[in-house]
Amino acid sequence: MTRDQHLDATFAALADPTRRAILARLASGEASVTELAQPFAMSQPAISKHLQVLERAGLISRSRDAQRRPCKIEGRQLAQASGWLENYRKFWEESFERLDVLLDEMQRPKKRKPSKRGEHR
Amino acid sequence: MRNNGSLTVTTPTDREVVLTRVFDAPRHLVFDAFTKPELLKRWFGPRGWSLVVCEVDLKVGGGFRFVLRGPDGRDMGMRGVYREIAPPDRSVHMESFDDFPGESQVTTVLVERDGKTTLTATVLYASQEVRDAVIQSGMEHGAAESYDKLAELLAAVAA
Repeated sequence: MTRDQHLDATFAALADPTRRAILARLASGEASVTELAQPFAMSQPAISKHLQVLERAGLISRSRDAQRRPCKIEGRQLAQASGWLENYRKFWEESFERLDVLLDEMQRPKKRKPSKRGEHR
Repeated sequence: MRNNGSLTVTTPTDREVVLTRVFDAPRHLVFDAFTKPELLKRWFGPRGWSLVVCEVDLKVGGGFRFVLRGPDGRDMGMRGVYREIAPPDRSVHMESFDDFPGESQVTTVLVERDGKTTLTATVLYASQEVRDAVIQSGMEHGAAESYDKLAELLAAVAA
């Protein structure tokens, strides 16, 4: 797969709320299918299907040992997706931080007496 | 606290990006900040970028033209056409970047509660390829991929 195809698979996998919840759970440690199925009102086969999608997207891996076959989160692919979104987030985060300051300033006459720049906070 | 500021960015479908952010201000001020050039110039764009061209014709069928200049002198131009304007809580516009093909539709909704305003901006791209291209370029700076940020993404996507 090319980098773009990888990203496509990653974002398609992330588009589903159950799969995002599974990833959030796996971020705090390995878990078996049974453990993962527990919080969801879903059968194990349904959860297994979600796990297959996540595995194909390279977001998780499953150990081969024993019957338990714990699932583990794979940071690299997610980091790539994270980096991709991170650029976008940065653009807006930094813009919105400036907007906070502006909105604060626009309300200042109403909220409190005009104060000198940087007087507090 | 002035900054309520936790921005969430999610990709609920292949063609969309959704931004959500709370501002400590009534929504008419937030609406103004998004639509008045003299206000837009003061915040739009990441650190080090400035809005060197900002023209807004705020009416249905009217448009806007922005040019952002980066710290390295590089310009990033974008333009749009308003489809719906319903101050102070809703607007829909089509938006395109000079350097990328395709248009996206941006629906902005402002909900005010207890003097604070929650912004939800849903950007719908013509295709997944366009969405990915727009987001990947133009806004490239400092994409550190630490595990902290990974955790942040997880928190955002799991929200």
